[in-house]
Amino acid sequence: MSDAYDTVVIGAGHNGLVTAAYLARAGQRVLMLEGRAHAGGALSTEETFEGFKFDLGAHRLSRLHPPVVDDLKLASHGLDLLPCDPCVFAPSPDGGGLTLWRDPRRSAEAIRRFSTSDAARWPDFTDTVTLAGAFLESIYARPPIDFLDEGGPGALTIVGTALRLRRLGRRGMMQLLRMLPMTVTELMDDWFETDLLRGALGALGVTGMSQGPMAAGTAFAFLHQHASPEPAVRETLRVRGGMGALAATLRAAAEAHGVEIRTGAWVERVLVEDGRAAGIVLVDGEEIRAGRIVSNADPRRTFLDLIDPICLEPGFLRSVRNIRFRGVCARVNLALEELPRFKGAPGGDGHLRGSITISPDLEYLERAFDDAKYGRLSRRPYLEASIPSLADPTLAPPGKHVMSILVQYAPYELSDGVWDEAMRDELGDRTVATLAEYAPNVPGAVLHRQVLTPPDIESEFGLTGGDIYHGQMTLDQVYFMRPIPGWARYQTPIAGLYLCGAGTHPGGGVTGIPGYHAAGTILSDTD
Amino acid sequence: MARGKRYDAVIIGGGHNGLVNAAYLARADKRVLVLERRHVLGGSAVTEEFFPGFKFSTLSYVVSLLRPEIIRDLDLPSHGLEILPLESTLTPLPNGDYLARWADHDRTRREIYRHSATDAEAYDDFGRLMYQLAFAMKPLLGMVPPDPTSLSPRELYRLVKLGKHFRDLGRERFYALYKLLTMSSADYLDEWFETEPLKATMACSGIIGTFLGVRSPGTAYVLLHHYMGEIDGAFRSWGFARGGTGAVSQAIADAARRYGAEIRTESPVAAVKVKNGRATGVALESGEEIDARVVVSAVDPKLTFLKLVDPGQLPIDFVEAIHRFRIRGSSGKVNLALDALPNFTCLPGDGPHLRGAISISPSIDYLERAYDDAKYGEFSRRPYMDIVIPSMIDPTMAPPGKHVMSIFVQYAPYDLNGGWNEKRRDAFGDAVIDTLSDFAPNLKNVILHRKVITPLDMEQEYGLTDGNIFHGELALHQLFFMRPVPSWADYRTPIKDYYQCGSGTHPGGGITGASGRLSAQVILKDW
Amino acid sequence: MLSGTPFHSRTAPLCQGHNWRRWAGYVVASSYGLTHDHEYQAIRSSAALIDVSPLYKYAIRGSDAERLLDRVLTRDVSRCNVGRVMYGPWCDETGKVIDDGTLQRLGDETFRLTSGEPNLRWLCESAQGLRATVEDDSDTIAALALQGPLARHVLGNACDSDLMDLDYFRLTFARIGGVPVTISRTGYTGDLGYEIWLEASAADTVWDTLVAAGRPFGLTPAGILALDVARIEAGLLLINVDYIPANRALIESRKSSPFELGLDWTVRLEKSHFIGRDALLAEWQRGPEWKLKGLELDWGSLERVYGEFGLPPQLPGVAWRTSVPVYVQGQQVGYATSGTWSPTLKKYIALAHLRTAHADTGTRVEMEVTAEHQRKRVSARVVEKPFFEPERKRA
Repeated sequence: MSDAYDTVVIGAGHNGLVTAAYLARAGQRVLMLEGRAHAGGALSTEETFEGFKFDLGAHRLSRLHPPVVDDLKLASHGLDLLPCDPCVFAPSPDGGGLTLWRDPRRSAEAIRRFSTSDAARWPDFTDTVTLAGAFLESIYARPPIDFLDEGGPGALTIVGTALRLRRLGRRGMMQLLRMLPMTVTELMDDWFETDLLRGALGALGVTGMSQGPMAAGTAFAFLHQHASPEPAVRETLRVRGGMGALAATLRAAAEAHGVEIRTGAWVERVLVEDGRAAGIVLVDGEEIRAGRIVSNADPRRTFLDLIDPICLEPGFLRSVRNIRFRGVCARVNLALEELPRFKGAPGGDGHLRGSITISPDLEYLERAFDDAKYGRLSRRPYLEASIPSLADPTLAPPGKHVMSILVQYAPYELSDGVWDEAMRDELGDRTVATLAEYAPNVPGAVLHRQVLTPPDIESEFGLTGGDIYHGQMTLDQVYFMRPIPGWARYQTPIAGLYLCGAGTHPGGGVTGIPGYHAAGTILSDTD
Repeated sequence: MARGKRYDAVIIGGGHNGLVNAAYLARADKRVLVLERRHVLGGSAVTEEFFPGFKFSTLSYVVSLLRPEIIRDLDLPSHGLEILPLESTLTPLPNGDYLARWADHDRTRREIYRHSATDAEAYDDFGRLMYQLAFAMKPLLGMVPPDPTSLSPRELYRLVKLGKHFRDLGRERFYALYKLLTMSSADYLDEWFETEPLKATMACSGIIGTFLGVRSPGTAYVLLHHYMGEIDGAFRSWGFARGGTGAVSQAIADAARRYGAEIRTESPVAAVKVKNGRATGVALESGEEIDARVVVSAVDPKLTFLKLVDPGQLPIDFVEAIHRFRIRGSSGKVNLALDALPNFTCLPGDGPHLRGAISISPSIDYLERAYDDAKYGEFSRRPYMDIVIPSMIDPTMAPPGKHVMSIFVQYAPYDLNGGWNEKRRDAFGDAVIDTLSDFAPNLKNVILHRKVITPLDMEQEYGLTDGNIFHGELALHQLFFMRPVPSWADYRTPIKDYYQCGSGTHPGGGITGASGRLSAQVILKDW
Repeated sequence: MLSGTPFHSRTAPLCQGHNWRRWAGYVVASSYGLTHDHEYQAIRSSAALIDVSPLYKYAIRGSDAERLLDRVLTRDVSRCNVGRVMYGPWCDETGKVIDDGTLQRLGDETFRLTSGEPNLRWLCESAQGLRATVEDDSDTIAALALQGPLARHVLGNACDSDLMDLDYFRLTFARIGGVPVTISRTGYTGDLGYEIWLEASAADTVWDTLVAAGRPFGLTPAGILALDVARIEAGLLLINVDYIPANRALIESRKSSPFELGLDWTVRLEKSHFIGRDALLAEWQRGPEWKLKGLELDWGSLERVYGEFGLPPQLPGVAWRTSVPVYVQGQQVGYATSGTWSPTLKKYIALAHLRTAHADTGTRVEMEVTAEHQRKRVSARVVEKPFFEPERKRA
């Protein structure tokens, strides 16, 4: 019996595209099945309102895995990245604000206006974060180790990792070990006294997380956002044409290698025969057979919705059900008549070109989380906004702008009520009102408003529970614990079935690394 | 005693760890002197008669994990140590119902079954896993932490051996342990149980003495502590000391004296004398100076390194690390002299439920709200309480027919907004009594005397910096080889002949005596 | 106070020696009479009535009920037609036995499963994602075992329908004293016998009716001591005695696979999926390390051991349930987990876990006995189970 395809990839998110491209590059016949109308998953740019193009899903890119960029020749397929400088602007409720630049010395100067001791510590902090970030990057660049491997290559990778850790030196190693389980509040306590700085940095420890800055492990989440040897804190990149353009680039790269992509094709289930993946069945009943199935869907969807539970052991399924998916983010997109004018901000638009963070202090963040903890929308939410039309004017009509805002915390499950139209409006109103406290001209400048609630994000991008990371990035759900302990290496208990999405190591964010490692695993299994 | 008499070892602080340390050193034929600031020995493990006829275990109220090897080595039963079991845990509920756990397995099963049929089974399964994990962790309680940054072959060997110990646990237990270390107790218990009061009451053990909520990651591993006691179940090292907790200190002090140690009370130490980077003795507040070959500090790391010695004699990095050591007090204590037994609405009258622990922890949200108050600098309006009535177990603690009640209360932040004073102390006591009266309405009518102890009182009266009962929080980054600071977790200090032996060192927390014992081992090895 | 079973109002006055024991959170009679000999004899020669209500009982319903049970049990549940009963174990993911019990198919989509330990959580977890519900009937369903050569007569006298045609491991619905009951031809004695399942609220009526109907046939209420002797003779396993449930074992070596418990015949490896299949397939290919077999102690050897002290062989008065070492040529090769003097066979018998190399029928081994405070070894022979299997059991 010969199948028409060697591999079927379920879901054409960015990691799926990366995996598919690598497999096709190695000579496999690959079919991708995407239920939605477009490939790209959470990389989606749409002209929601005439003339205004918005990133609907991910809106911040910090680093694509360099081998992916090189191997798939993304540049030749249209990749055009625009680095942002400044990285972040954090307006103060009293007017003015703090701007952090790519150049640590320039940031230190900005910080000096608030605190000389913080300014003095900034270069050291940048070094520490860079050291830890580079170490994390080296961990992310490899599939996770398995501490329980007996001898052989497994034991070697453990030794290799231990050596890389020791290479940090006594001080660096202890700093890292100490930092990982800390709260981001404690991390900030260790370094800084300026509320605005603490709030702006601390926010990165909770972005996408159902946790406040006083939760242990948020220091790790902060470092996760810095897993890169680049010395910048809060690095942000933009894609010319919006994130959708990156999706198009990846699609072009995959297709150039011969990947066949079918959109509008919902997979209903994976066929399992005698413990092996044998193909898939589409919702319309069509059966496509292939000896290898790769799921870009999150582990929960993959194992609980696409596979007959009889084929998996209850303990495995229990672990899958226990993966914490906790959506806390909403998205508000604004079509603006004019740029926001922040109270007391410097002239021009220079400070608005990176991320704009509304998180004036750590207590603000913690209180925003308190609401979510009891299932309520934050009364005063943490906002992370960007105005990509500044760097890429094609996204909006001349002189006008698009602003996309990540709103946190908006819990997926509300304790009283549901995400209906009224709640959606409430979310939009609260976001604009919060923004108006800092930039009073915003309400008057809004031409159109689009609000995506956590359930919208779930249905729009297939993100279970509205969790943008395919499972929370907490210490118990990363590295060799991701997606579930014992199955962290892209394989599954069903032979021939693989995972390649953000639910696997090293997790969420637009990096392409999970897809890259999944392809590596599949190709070495195939040898 | 002759002035200027030279001792082999002077121990600063006659708390239980100091006394254990003294006993072990004296047992090795060293001339030992213990110096206690107060008029009574025991530190936080004391019995005091605040009101005539009523004896209170002022602070520490149960013997949780007194190491069996210490009981054996020092033959504490022959010095009067008698530990009486606590028979049950009762959680009264606001709706008039309750959840109880009893000494008898069948009875507990029936009771939990009443709340949830599957939880009754989960409880047994959970107990078995915790038992296994506690057994795996037990060797750590009895070992001097290795230094992972050290390059000495001996330390490396110890590290590899430790690594092997954990790998030998097998997958299931290894991962379960990892999850315990990184998760919040609420999340961890959510994977097992559905009964709110069961989850809440079990979760409490994870927050005692910490400034964390049950939803804070890092609180799960303390769940093990309860089961640590069960491993020695037959040995019965968990329970209530006859004569109150002070009886434990008395027994250890007796043992130390029998080995020849001298113990002086009302002898506060002003400073440790240091000459050429070496400790040579101590100076008392009275002006008296005592020479000794080694000086051992049983007080917390802040006092040990920032007050008793001139920090200028310590490396800057080290001093900074001690400054960063988290030691936020979060708990208070209310001791009541009662004219009659409290009458709980859920189980009226006298009964075995009054011979165990009574836990005011009806739900996870209840505990989390108690934490929310503390996060922002207030004591909990409706706090978590762990209550015992020692006179039910040992009638000599109160006049015939009368009772003493010990209420451990959380949260009461040391850094209360506006600071602690008479009025705030009373308000705190009232919040405790009011909350408890909701469950036992007769309480207010039977109170004869009330003694409220705030974190500030703990600091001023009992020498606990910031009122932290564990000499430093039991957070993941302050445990094992990081307690109190990395590279100095082996009871030695940067000053030669100056050692630490208090709860601020590994394993810390609770009446274990382990720090005192391990420290003595290191001192004797260095001799 | 522990609760009595639904039959407590009837059993309590009969229990002459107040000889109660715990079973699954209930109290049941160890023996009603001051000795249990008569109760045992009733099982083998007339009829005995045994209160087995403390067994855990689960109702499994739904269109996927069969799939669920086929997933959990090692047996092929698709072959369990309505009206049939199946005995079998179930395993964890590593193929170690969690529990064993009987499965009754009461209808197309309705089953009842019995177990020795609580299994609700395991069953519910295994049912996740399937259209099947699991309900714990342990407290609401009472159960009586009516066992012995005259059991059919007693039941015929008590019951509205004819049970002559009810085959071994089949069940039927009937009324006793007007109370609707399920009657299965099963039991834990290895004799002709039935088990009767009913609503707990009707327990008194059913008990009274059976006792009255059984009077002409010498029906005797029997306690657990008598049952224990009978089940060893029948070679039937007792959970927590002859094996430790895998989910309750503190260490790996305490767990047993179905192959190691002599339950090979219950494992249907040809099923494409069931819990523990992969591990069991691997074990089957390499062969199990242990086997559970019968031991018959050598009378002459017993006489010699006790004769040393001037005593006749001291036989156990009741069945024992402790672990006793078994040797071959001075090396320990296994351990016996329960044993008894069989009054019917006139033999001292035991159930033993033996390393496979020493488990062949006919192998000569030695079992430890304590004679006059001294550890001694008595010769024994490895035999097939059951020790006692009368034709009437299946006829």
